[in-house]
Amino acid sequence: MTGHAEVVVPHADADVVHGASGHEQHGTDTALMGMLLFIASEIMFFAALFGAYFNVRATAQVWPPEGTEFIDPIGLPIIATVLLVSSSFTMQWGIWRIRKGDRTGMNRAVALTLLMGVIFLGIQAFDYYTLVQNDAFGINSGVYGTLFYTMTGFHGAHVLGGVIGLAVILSRGVSGQFSAKHHVAVEAVSAYWHFVDVVWVALFATIYLLK
Amino acid sequence: MATTTLPQVRPYQRSWSSWLYTWLTTTDHKRIGAMYIATSFGFFLIGGVFALVIRSELAVPGLQFVGESLYNQLFSLHAITMIFLFVMPMTTGVANFIVPLQIGAADMAFPRINALGYWLIPPGGLLIMMSFAFGGAPVGWTMYAPLSAKEASTGVDLLLMGLVLLGTSSILGSINFLTTIFKLRAPGMTLLRMPMFVWATLVTSVLLLFSLPVLTAGLIMLFIDRNYGGGFFDPALGGNPVLWQHVFWFFGHPEVYVLILPAFGIVSEIVPVFSRKPLFGYRAFVLATASIGALGFTVWAHHMFTTGAVFLPFFSFFTFLIAVPTGIKFFNWLATMWGGQVRFDTPMLFAVGFIALFLIGGLDGAFLAVVPFDFMVQDTYWVVSHIHYVLVAGAVFGIFAALYYWFPKMTGRVLDERLGKLNFWLLFIGTNVAFFPQHLLGLDGMIRRIADYSPNAGWTELNFLSSIGAFMIATSMLPFLWNVFITLRRPPDAPSDPWDAYTLEWATTSPPPVYNFDALPPVRSERPLFDLKHGAVDAHAAALPAGADQSHGEFRIDPPEEFLGQPLEGHEDAEGHPRGIAPEVSAHAPDSEKAPPTDEPK
Repeated sequence: MTGHAEVVVPHADADVVHGASGHEQHGTDTALMGMLLFIASEIMFFAALFGAYFNVRATAQVWPPEGTEFIDPIGLPIIATVLLVSSSFTMQWGIWRIRKGDRTGMNRAVALTLLMGVIFLGIQAFDYYTLVQNDAFGINSGVYGTLFYTMTGFHGAHVLGGVIGLAVILSRGVSGQFSAKHHVAVEAVSAYWHFVDVVWVALFATIYLLK
Repeated sequence: MATTTLPQVRPYQRSWSSWLYTWLTTTDHKRIGAMYIATSFGFFLIGGVFALVIRSELAVPGLQFVGESLYNQLFSLHAITMIFLFVMPMTTGVANFIVPLQIGAADMAFPRINALGYWLIPPGGLLIMMSFAFGGAPVGWTMYAPLSAKEASTGVDLLLMGLVLLGTSSILGSINFLTTIFKLRAPGMTLLRMPMFVWATLVTSVLLLFSLPVLTAGLIMLFIDRNYGGGFFDPALGGNPVLWQHVFWFFGHPEVYVLILPAFGIVSEIVPVFSRKPLFGYRAFVLATASIGALGFTVWAHHMFTTGAVFLPFFSFFTFLIAVPTGIKFFNWLATMWGGQVRFDTPMLFAVGFIALFLIGGLDGAFLAVVPFDFMVQDTYWVVSHIHYVLVAGAVFGIFAALYYWFPKMTGRVLDERLGKLNFWLLFIGTNVAFFPQHLLGLDGMIRRIADYSPNAGWTELNFLSSIGAFMIATSMLPFLWNVFITLRRPPDAPSDPWDAYTLEWATTSPPPVYNFDALPPVRSERPLFDLKHGAVDAHAAALPAGADQSHGEFRIDPPEEFLGQPLEGHEDAEGHPRGIAPEVSAHAPDSEKAPPTDEPK
């Protein structure tokens, strides 16, 4: 009898050893599915913040509230946006490289993505600093400021999470842990990075462009 | 032999430190499930004490035991404890133990995240309980702004932090359940052959995954308003207090199905087994469960009819619509019992009690969907009665049914039937005595969340009756605890399949070995164990050949005769029985001549 019950270890960092009951990998990788479901829950988190924004905006008499002005998107915000959107492309380039087995190419792409993410965070910090310096609005000066700092702040925290993920990927990539077949961690971080990017596009459109 | 030789199970070490270390560091879904169950039962007793203080205070007019401030903290924490620290972790714990067994998996998909999910519960519960020492959290479990935003008490902040931890635990848990169910099912276990409890866990996990992050966002907004001068819910800063209600109930309504769907699943497991019939209308049941989940996201504003900020006909209509899938479930449970050989063991008693009493709670709910009626009874004891008929008579009855049903599988010991029946009847009568009078009080205009009422309001007798019922419910816990105590002192002697059941968890020993199964029976229908015991695998194999979508892995497992009578080396328990193979099950298995044809790749 040929029962297939060999222990299948799909990749080194898998949490599960599919052993005695004969399970085998097929379809979406288990770890990647976990990440996609996590991203689904994160989408709902940001959906709640966007819901709050539009609920407050819809019930307000004037928008933005008196004494507050829309922030001009021309300048640093648009540079940050272009940077983050481009970083999604470099990330995807890295995925395509490692799928072909090109480790060096992937490492370069991830390093570039990481750099762009760090610069984005730097721009955001500088932006906060200027807003505070110019006494434009604070988190406690009105609901506009509360929404601005909460939404961009939580997005920034997620970018930081993505940057940490990229750093882990980069260090593992440099030590040669990924191959064309075994690189689910890269796929997972890439999915997360694209998600962070898409949230920023929606945030930019909502906060800076929607008049 | 094809099965991998697994390492010898080491004999159980008796030293206290190693025992403690094993439990603190375990990633075994069964142990984590047991820890969830034990922890949440502890919180159940704490929440029960809160309830007894509340009912003692309300038994007669006047303030006897607690002041109004403490009373407000007690009813807030009673609800928070029962919902977030009892029902949710309890059903998560049962699912943690049972779902991998029912789908024939060795563990959850992410065992370490599973352990993390559990270990977020004790600190979360501790933060919430600490609120009593830091000014209290007298804001109601719904934490409505602006009260919750303005209440100057560190206790409220502790409550918010604790809830964020518990929410994170639930999100991690639901990711884990979904991945486990989608990725780790045994060969042949298609989605439409999964036990109903697995389906209930799947839909519950989807609900949690999409609703809990919204609560987390709301809790953080409230925290920012309270601590950093934010203006989300403050009209003076341009915010909107009704926003809190939208955010809270967008989570809160799916949440009520999170609390009740596992109980639906449990009852759907128990009723067929104790009626000796397959579940009536399995596919309709799956569809009904999924539609309750989907409709759960369309009705949040029926909690906000009186705010004037929502479109009443839409939310009223969809609320009524939920009665349709729920009605299908009731019909199917009754049709399953119809003409069956019904045995009233304790799990079945709780299941039937659930069906009888949840009907009352469901009908109350349908009344509340009528907008003018809702305007009249908003925030009265009618609502209190409704929520307790669906949560005590619903979720709690389901949980007790599950505990009696799966206790043999979890511990290797069957609970005492006489004490179980005493537990059931005390709880059944107590629930009705405690909560039925509250309907009448609500119609009579008694509002909720008050510590005192006037002696001449005419509410004294019904309140006194309700308090007697509350103490009956508390008394019903004594036979249960005694039952668990004396049963756990006995040596484990439960058979693998004490109820003559249908699903895979009964195909392994009680309790199962660490790795759950040495081998699995072939899965050809939603009742694989019935097929195995009654030789029906062949019939199903002819009717349901491995389709294109399930060709992978079908019959990768040895046919049943392969693992019968061949104890694997190193897999005997103390008495020399092979672990992971149920002797009673194997006795019924078809012999090798009748073994199903193997279509496996050579």
